[in-house]
Amino acid sequence: MSTSMKWLRFAAAAGAMAVASSAAFAQEKELVFGLHCDRTGATQTVGVFLCPGYHDYISLVNSKGGVEGYKVRVLEIDNEYKVPPAMEAHERFKKEGAVLTSLYGTPHTMALTKKLEEDKILGTAPGFGTAAAADGKRFPYVFPIAASYWSQAAGAIAFIKKELGDLKGKKIGYLYYDNPAGKEPLVIFEDLAKSEGFELRTFAVPAPGVEMGAQVLDITGRFKPDFVVTHLFGRSPSVSVKELKGKGYPLSKVISFVWGASEADIKAAGGYELANGYNTIQFAGVGPDFQVIKDINAMYQAQGKGVPSAQEVSVFYNRGVVIAALHVEAARNAVKAKGGAKPSSEDVRRGMESIKGFTLGGMVPPMEVTPQDHEGGGWVQVWTVKDGKLTKNGDWFQAYRSVIQKHLAAVN
Amino acid sequence: MLHRESGVFKTSYAADMALYPLPIARWTVAAFIVLFAVILPLALHDYYLSIINLSLIAVVGALGLNILVGYTGQISVGHAAFMSVGAYTAANLAVRFDLPFWITLPAGGLMAALIGAIVGIPSLRIKGLYLAIATLAGQLIIEWVINHTPAISGGAQASIQVPRPALMGHQIRTQGQLYFFLLFFAALAIVATLNLVRSRIGRAFVAIRDQDIAAEIIGINIYRYKLLAFAISSFYAGVCGVLYTYYLGIANYEQFQIGVSIDYLAMIIIGGLGSVLGSILGAVFVTMLPIMIRLIMEPLAGLFFTAGELSSVVASTRLVLFGALIIFFLVVEPEGLNRLWRNIRNYFRTWPFSY
Repeated sequence: MSTSMKWLRFAAAAGAMAVASSAAFAQEKELVFGLHCDRTGATQTVGVFLCPGYHDYISLVNSKGGVEGYKVRVLEIDNEYKVPPAMEAHERFKKEGAVLTSLYGTPHTMALTKKLEEDKILGTAPGFGTAAAADGKRFPYVFPIAASYWSQAAGAIAFIKKELGDLKGKKIGYLYYDNPAGKEPLVIFEDLAKSEGFELRTFAVPAPGVEMGAQVLDITGRFKPDFVVTHLFGRSPSVSVKELKGKGYPLSKVISFVWGASEADIKAAGGYELANGYNTIQFAGVGPDFQVIKDINAMYQAQGKGVPSAQEVSVFYNRGVVIAALHVEAARNAVKAKGGAKPSSEDVRRGMESIKGFTLGGMVPPMEVTPQDHEGGGWVQVWTVKDGKLTKNGDWFQAYRSVIQKHLAAVN
Repeated sequence: MLHRESGVFKTSYAADMALYPLPIARWTVAAFIVLFAVILPLALHDYYLSIINLSLIAVVGALGLNILVGYTGQISVGHAAFMSVGAYTAANLAVRFDLPFWITLPAGGLMAALIGAIVGIPSLRIKGLYLAIATLAGQLIIEWVINHTPAISGGAQASIQVPRPALMGHQIRTQGQLYFFLLFFAALAIVATLNLVRSRIGRAFVAIRDQDIAAEIIGINIYRYKLLAFAISSFYAGVCGVLYTYYLGIANYEQFQIGVSIDYLAMIIIGGLGSVLGSILGAVFVTMLPIMIRLIMEPLAGLFFTAGELSSVVASTRLVLFGALIIFFLVVEPEGLNRLWRNIRNYFRTWPFSY
């Protein structure tokens, strides 16, 4: 047999294997989840920890027999935080028959809102995207399933009120990244400033957000607020902690939104010692003290592997786990509703809209997703840097729901 | 394009400048039209069409930038901002005045051309890297203005949802329908550019690029032509932005940030400065190659890694491979893919009797 014939045979065999494996993938008892992720782009500081959390939870579910007998296959596409790759990813998910997708990034959520609706595939946007998407009637296929920036703003003010006693005549500074996401909560702050009687001043940090000496000096030197709310992304939260500390502002009077709230930010700012007292808003439980995390670690230990390294930033890792858990729960509801038959993406949407009383041992807020409320109630928890780690500071809470509802209604 | 020209002799300037230098090229072009207009949409799944759609949008933008950078020799890092001008103009017109795409599309282009000409004013006095910084300022100013002007951006989220384009009462919404929509405008842009660069204007642009003082001495009004280059280039950018807006169904300024300008510069440098084919090849290369690398790597890496590890491996390896391939192609041929193609063609010109 000539060499070329050998190669030909080899190629044919490889081709047959590829066909066989792809056929094996397309089996009946399988659900496909599409995961948008950013492991290499502008926000890779989040993606490299969040996405492993998602995969690990799905592996855990699969190792226990899957969702009501259905194995879950996660198709992840890295979008580098750019919109065209996210569009491509969505089409790929659609082609592979994904029943739901996990969006990542505000611009991408915006860009895909219409596509999701046309293709009737739901997308979850926890902690980003537009706050108005909480309105399930207006955005039927986008699910924030976590506190929006509006709910986080309300939560921050409620926390400050608890700390300071009364807000009348108090001064609150808002230090934010100057982009649509940073400006979104402004309406809630302004509204609450009126009703609660505090004075609000805003300090915008222009992109890329690593230079805020002037703004912080303005806060600590001139405005001298009783509390500061920060809403920053990427590298800038650590800069804000360092600058505020450096100018002598007490970090116990600072509360950060969800994307400036991870262990990585605290370490980059100079460690727990320096950041002692820093308050953070969370939409998922923090740390390894949850049964599900222990289960994941036990699963890896049984396979002879170590604890996943991504757990070192548990804030993002746990968020990945929570997002995966809510996805699985939606799929479970859908399979149950169909009596065990394979659900369509429409069924999974209805499954997502019936999530209730699912807490994963306190890691997930006691949310209730309904066809009207895709946010699930806007629950948040505050975790504070104390004794060298993030410590839970009070239980899950909702704040100023009537104000949020009023603004949601006003969008229409 | 693909043919040998032996036996074809030109006897007039008109014949030498013709779009089809050889009679047989008409058939090649016809074959390409059949391939893109009939065979591809019939043969390909919507997913693959969606990748082509992204490339078609990029082709329009890259052609525009190449007119400015490649043909006229003026550096611009504000291309994405001009796209956003087109995008928001069209979105506002489409939403507030309920205008159809065949009005909003040229309107977006014209508005971008106007703003582009204004941003291009510094080019009358400064060149090279200094001009690059001036256009960078243009990019940042336009971004800031859109972000802080609710009248343009439509509120705090700085995004405007636009209805799908409609043609004679039919909405263009599936990837297949959008493919024809985008193909039409990409083809129009290609033909327009081919004609532009062989016209008086195109020659003036090239003269300014090669030696602006000499161009001025032979009677080219360089102020006028430099601004015209900015305006035409920005018109393309604006149209690209409008196409993108209709493709996504939303105008959002975060899709047109500085990184996108850099991406487009990369496209024309990889493809080949000062060539139409280069712009197309570059746009296709930068848009499709990362996707192709992933599609090839997924089954390969799947043999060695679990699903969770796979994503991380593919994401990082893809970035490395993509970068390595850019370096490879630029080292092999610094003048870009267009030149590479011409070298291959010239080699086969006399093959197999190359003596």
